[in-house]
Amino acid sequence: MSQPKLQVEGLSVRFPVRSGPFQRRVGEVRAVENVSLEIASGGVFGIVGESGSGKTTLGRAVLGLVDTHAGRISFEGRPLVGPGRARRTADHRRMSLVFQDPFGSLNPRMTARQLIAEPARIAGTVRTRAEARDLVAAKLDLVGLRADMADRHPHEFSGGQRQRIGIARALAGAADFIVLDEPVSALDVSIQAQIVNLLSDLQQTLGLTFLFIAHDIAVVCQFAERIAVMYLGHVVELTDRRRLVENPLHPYTQSLLSAVPIPDPVRERARQLALVKGDIAASSADLSGCVFHPRCPLANERCRVEKPALMDTSDNRAVACHAVEEGRVEMPARESV
Amino acid sequence: MAGAGRPDPDLPEADAAPTLSVRGLSTEFRAGGRVRRVVDDVSFDVKRREILAFVGESGSGKSVTFLSVLRLIADPPGRIVDGSVLFDGEDLMTLDPKGARMRSIRGGGIGFVFQEPMTSLNPVLTIGRQIMESLRLHLDMGRREARARAAGLLSAVGIGDAERRLGAYPHEFSGGMRQRIMIAIAVACSPRLIIADEPTTALDVTTQAQILELLAGTVRDLGASLVLITHNLGIVARYADRINVMYAGRIVESGATDDVFADPRHPYTRALLDCVPRLGETRKLAPIAGQPPDAGTAFAHCPFLPRCARALPVCRTAPPPRLADVAPNHSAACHAAELPE
Repeated sequence: MSQPKLQVEGLSVRFPVRSGPFQRRVGEVRAVENVSLEIASGGVFGIVGESGSGKTTLGRAVLGLVDTHAGRISFEGRPLVGPGRARRTADHRRMSLVFQDPFGSLNPRMTARQLIAEPARIAGTVRTRAEARDLVAAKLDLVGLRADMADRHPHEFSGGQRQRIGIARALAGAADFIVLDEPVSALDVSIQAQIVNLLSDLQQTLGLTFLFIAHDIAVVCQFAERIAVMYLGHVVELTDRRRLVENPLHPYTQSLLSAVPIPDPVRERARQLALVKGDIAASSADLSGCVFHPRCPLANERCRVEKPALMDTSDNRAVACHAVEEGRVEMPARESV
Repeated sequence: MAGAGRPDPDLPEADAAPTLSVRGLSTEFRAGGRVRRVVDDVSFDVKRREILAFVGESGSGKSVTFLSVLRLIADPPGRIVDGSVLFDGEDLMTLDPKGARMRSIRGGGIGFVFQEPMTSLNPVLTIGRQIMESLRLHLDMGRREARARAAGLLSAVGIGDAERRLGAYPHEFSGGMRQRIMIAIAVACSPRLIIADEPTTALDVTTQAQILELLAGTVRDLGASLVLITHNLGIVARYADRINVMYAGRIVESGATDDVFADPRHPYTRALLDCVPRLGETRKLAPIAGQPPDAGTAFAHCPFLPRCARALPVCRTAPPPRLADVAPNHSAACHAAELPE
């Protein structure tokens, strides 16, 4: 296999919990625990998980925006982040971020022109005013906005248009690796499809590499080829899109897929739900064994004590589950819909 | 549990008078010297024991329709300008919105669950007090009786150790647990109608499934009707008996869930079904051009015309189309709806 674009090895991120008059450290939140993954150049890698799964923290660690506890991240083979304090390197200029909230992530006092030119100026790709004007016009066109909209402020745009500006901004510098953190979840259904299609077109025509983070497994499956499912900071299953949807192995992945209602009344009513009980725990710090065991229908004594490692299976996938390893998991073939 | 919450077709209630009957409801808001009609001539029935879904994007008027039904529109800036709302035969539009009768219907005859459980629960009161408040107000229960009933309701919505948890405050519960508490409050007085406005939008998908199963099951056990306001077509497919699609303040399509999904007659409904990603399919999505209009935009012609891929010459000249039957129990507000593919 050729050199991966991005490689994450054994990454852990922990946040201290401080309390009391002297802000003493009283505990920690293990936001990301021992995560390893590889993203192929020109590929789309998806991370799916619910709130508290650590998916956003993982994206921020990749971008060098949070301190890491352990592990390393490399970009095209060059070390990007080692354990310790967050630090931005020259390679970070090749990476950018599209945020979830197109309302809060754009400075309301700046025009679209200023918002798009700023990262290019910082990256040094434009120097003169004329270059900036050309670049802004080109990027607006790239994301489907008209050049005459350049002098408007964010409040003059709709949610979908604002997200297009966010995307133009992410592409304005020298970035060819983009972290997309819930890029469509704040948008109306009819607008989501526009943005998903735009991102997909840009990724293919510009040869970009995406790390696509979302809670909506249907959206992630729409264009990620490989997908990691996260739960409480851990990757519990990592495989390609087809295997994930048709034959999920980890009990959490199974319940996640089962919980997504299908927009087809005949199929939906015939379907049995595999509901999990309870809520996601606040932190894995004081949880022994598998992080999913309190909600898992298949948990036994071993699951409560021993943490399962992410192990490769024969079919190009990795799963962290004792029940899968011991053959205790039923493999429901999900009808494709 | 197939067909959760669906009414038994053998029950006589199917033919009985509807629980809620809304005719010609219009609601306007005034701001900056402009009048915006956010709900425009909306008529529909909620039948006994049915689950009726209202689907639409932001600004389509689905929430304001039911705030109007509950008489919760602040005046000014808002005003219900026309229409009647019959709840079990009583016209809510003739009542004083702040009067005793309307208050007893809200929370008594009609229960409601909103999207944000954190903002709809009072953060400084224990949840026991908030559940008991409605029991004591509407059912005139004594403290001891209300407390016992509140504990029973909490266990019924799946909160263990209910007796002790009555003394807890909203922040001590997770989002899913808070929404369970909201359901307990909504059903406390055995209402005949429950209005749930995006009840699971703020929740994770595994929690969403738990809450919807609970809500549908509770409604069925009570023999009540449920209005489910949502933008999620998957939820509609699983739970709703009938569906009303709203766009720009109007109902543009109405019919049995199976009929509308199998044969959508309004181009907006059809486009909406085409643009949602479906698990296991990687076909390119077919997005709807443009964007939904701001709430209250006035239209001389069909409001969907600027985004419609099937517009006819008549659509550019005629006034907005009215809801008309396209098949038995299936109607659409579209000049092109009767035409074949």
